Amino acid sequence: MKRIWLVLLLAALAACTKGKESETAQAPKETAPPVDLSPAYGDTFVDASIGDASTLLPILATDSASHSVAGLIYNGLVKYDGEYNVVGDLAESWEVSDDNLTITFHLRKGVRFHDGAPFTARDVEFTYRVTMDPNTLTAYRGDFEPVESVEVVDDYTLRVRYKEPFAPALISWGAAVLPRHLLEGKDINTSELGRKPVGTGPFRFVEWLTGQRIVLERNPDYFDTDPDTGMQLPYFSRYVFRIIPDLGVQFNELMAGKIDMMGLKPLQWTRQTDNDRFRSQYNKYKYLANAYTYLGYNLEKPMFQDVRVRRALTHAIDKNEIVEGVLQGLGVPATGPYKPGTWVYNPDVPKYPYDPDRARKLLAEAGWTDTDGDGVLDKDGKPFRFTVLTNQGNDQRLKTAEIIQQRLKAVGIQIEIRVLEWAAFINEFVKPGKFDAVILGWTITQDPDLYDVWHSSKAVPGGLNHTHYRNAEVDDLLVRARKTFDRAERKRLYDRFQEILAEDQPYTFLYVPYALVAVSNRVHGIRPAPAGITYNFERWYVPKALQRHAETP
Amino acid sequence: MLGYIAKRIAFMIPMLFGITLISFLLMHMAPGSPTELYTELNPKVGAEFRERFEAYYGLDKPLPVQYVTWLGRVARLDLGISFSPDKRPVWDKIRERLPITLLLNLLSLVLILATAVPLGVISAVRRGSRFDRTTTVLVFAGFSVPSFWLALLLMKWLGVDLGWLPISGLESLGAANLPPLARFWDRVQHLILPVFVSAVGGLAGISRYMRGSMLEVIRQDYVTAARAKGLPEWRVVYVHALRNSLLPIVTLMGFWIPALIGGSVIFETIFAIPGMGQLFYQSVMARDYPVIQGILLLGSGLTLLGNLVADVAYALVDPRIRFGRT
Repeated sequence: MKRIWLVLLLAALAACTKGKESETAQAPKETAPPVDLSPAYGDTFVDASIGDASTLLPILATDSASHSVAGLIYNGLVKYDGEYNVVGDLAESWEVSDDNLTITFHLRKGVRFHDGAPFTARDVEFTYRVTMDPNTLTAYRGDFEPVESVEVVDDYTLRVRYKEPFAPALISWGAAVLPRHLLEGKDINTSELGRKPVGTGPFRFVEWLTGQRIVLERNPDYFDTDPDTGMQLPYFSRYVFRIIPDLGVQFNELMAGKIDMMGLKPLQWTRQTDNDRFRSQYNKYKYLANAYTYLGYNLEKPMFQDVRVRRALTHAIDKNEIVEGVLQGLGVPATGPYKPGTWVYNPDVPKYPYDPDRARKLLAEAGWTDTDGDGVLDKDGKPFRFTVLTNQGNDQRLKTAEIIQQRLKAVGIQIEIRVLEWAAFINEFVKPGKFDAVILGWTITQDPDLYDVWHSSKAVPGGLNHTHYRNAEVDDLLVRARKTFDRAERKRLYDRFQEILAEDQPYTFLYVPYALVAVSNRVHGIRPAPAGITYNFERWYVPKALQRHAETP
Repeated sequence: MLGYIAKRIAFMIPMLFGITLISFLLMHMAPGSPTELYTELNPKVGAEFRERFEAYYGLDKPLPVQYVTWLGRVARLDLGISFSPDKRPVWDKIRERLPITLLLNLLSLVLILATAVPLGVISAVRRGSRFDRTTTVLVFAGFSVPSFWLALLLMKWLGVDLGWLPISGLESLGAANLPPLARFWDRVQHLILPVFVSAVGGLAGISRYMRGSMLEVIRQDYVTAARAKGLPEWRVVYVHALRNSLLPIVTLMGFWIPALIGGSVIFETIFAIPGMGQLFYQSVMARDYPVIQGILLLGSGLTLLGNLVADVAYALVDPRIRFGRT
């Protein structure tokens, strides 16, 4: 009986939460008892991950599991808010000099590491030094490469000079600040802080059982407060990161109420969560993921060098159909390398709607016609045939390839699909440029600098511009944009960059999938934003009446 | 007998060398490298990171040098340091997982033996009966069912729908605060499904072996003689015949020794059990050479040892072999 009441209560509460882009359960309003939903301390948040963290020293880690846990333990000087604005974290404010070469950070006073030691500018300077130290096995040295010098002005002021203006510089100071007093003079690669981290963040480390879970507890000295309530953050008493490698099992755990949050697959979103039991316990959130999938053409191959051919290919592919068939509709067609809805995204670029007739016409203009009547276009006696490569283990990419194959066949282009093991795919085919076309994806980085992917200097074997796209204007725009700090000015440059990419169609940009997340509906304080939902995790809370996990010492 | 054992052990050493050499070469021949995971298609990581990484671990040296360095370290009982960002000693990584895998495998082995031996014996004694046919069908069904599928179904039924058992993992979240007895019970509950599922697949083999060998023994003259002298049937079967029919099972036990430390990736992944299978799989995927080599060394050492134990045990239980050889 008690349980039934609780379920009703939860269902009713789910119906009460509003203003979300989520689907919530429908429960009769009259069953809702008056419950205080104001922020409260306490309860445990149980997160789930398919992989264990590798190390909790973030400058050594390269996997997302490590970074997501470390993100709760450490702070940077700055961070992104939900709208991708750079805001202060350990830095209270900063000034950029007029020549864009110097950034002066003013740090928060009175911040302590979890072991009680005070945080000062020297810790930041040490973090910079240890990242640049040739003995440190870090993958993030590139972030600080353009730095000329870092100077500690006083305990709470830090001055950074750059060799030349570099717009992504500011956010590179979002890197976790490490405790100097625990690491100075030691080999950071084998430091025990990788297993027992000490930071300044909202949560501090409790235990790590390899392959099972990582447990963090509330940092009672955390510097930040909730601007709405004035209460000290974070609200949760504990954070548990459970390692559950199989997504089907994770889903079972979710249904049993043993975990509070999980990323869902499209099919789980549309079908498996479409039942009362799920609706009574969880809210679903969907927002665009930071990734897009594309069909990239090797521009060294004569058949792809005519821009009309590339535009025709895009016209011949129905992106909506791919989103529908591959993602169950849970994504949006992509038109460029940025995420729709973010400040840098340019919605007004030329688009190439699905139009096979127009595709055929463009191809005919470029000289591709079916002269021998075999159903395949040809030019100078050569049929329009090419191979699309993609990597093994990504079902979505394979399905995408199959849909494209059918559509291109309809306009007289024959493609063959080859699926390759990742290491061989990259090393034997992509890097040396031995391919016609590839289906791959890029992560959409938070800073819009795409110099490494689109600048012609990167169109070399091993460079990331593997389709060998070269455009002098793009080169110029990319170089100027990464030296421009003013966001409006920067956006103008990137808008033009996106226009040129859309005109040139070096890729057919296919889709940006949705991130699909289920979160226990007893959790409040979630505010969906372009950056997703977890950016303000320290402000999530469970109202007193709904708390599930008793406080344990 | 002792001389025989000594000789066998002496033979094992070159064999072990061979195994490590071949596995070392195979590992390095596979496409991909340990730095690939960090550097591939990551705009922020340059070739310079790769060089530093390789220098740190001596991967820039010629292969024979690397192999000899590794051998030298092993001779000092040092398996090296993992390539993964945690940079932990390989032995630490193996040691924290070994007990879990051993416990699970031992429990399921006990369950398999306790079920399969009686099943096999009864099937043989009542050959062709309905019991015999039913168990045959059942154990083969258990053998054929994919373990991940069975596991997921049982999880959904017993864990989600009925809520009787925990779904995955080794203990509940608050287990550390429970009194000892409750904590033990919590652990037992977490082990029920994994042990059961892993035993289901193993029943077929052992029970078939047992049935076959029992059938063979039961037809022998001495069993007829035992019956003729008026012994009760259970004595004939469970004392006289059973002892001899256990011989092939004893041999099999030798092969089980290396299997005890090996875990199945699929199985451990499903139940979220941090065992040896996952460690091995992850290290192969990340090309974490020191961990791969460490586990292979342990596995091959135990395989050789298992073979030896099987032969010795065989000799011990079967006087014909013992006397024939010495």
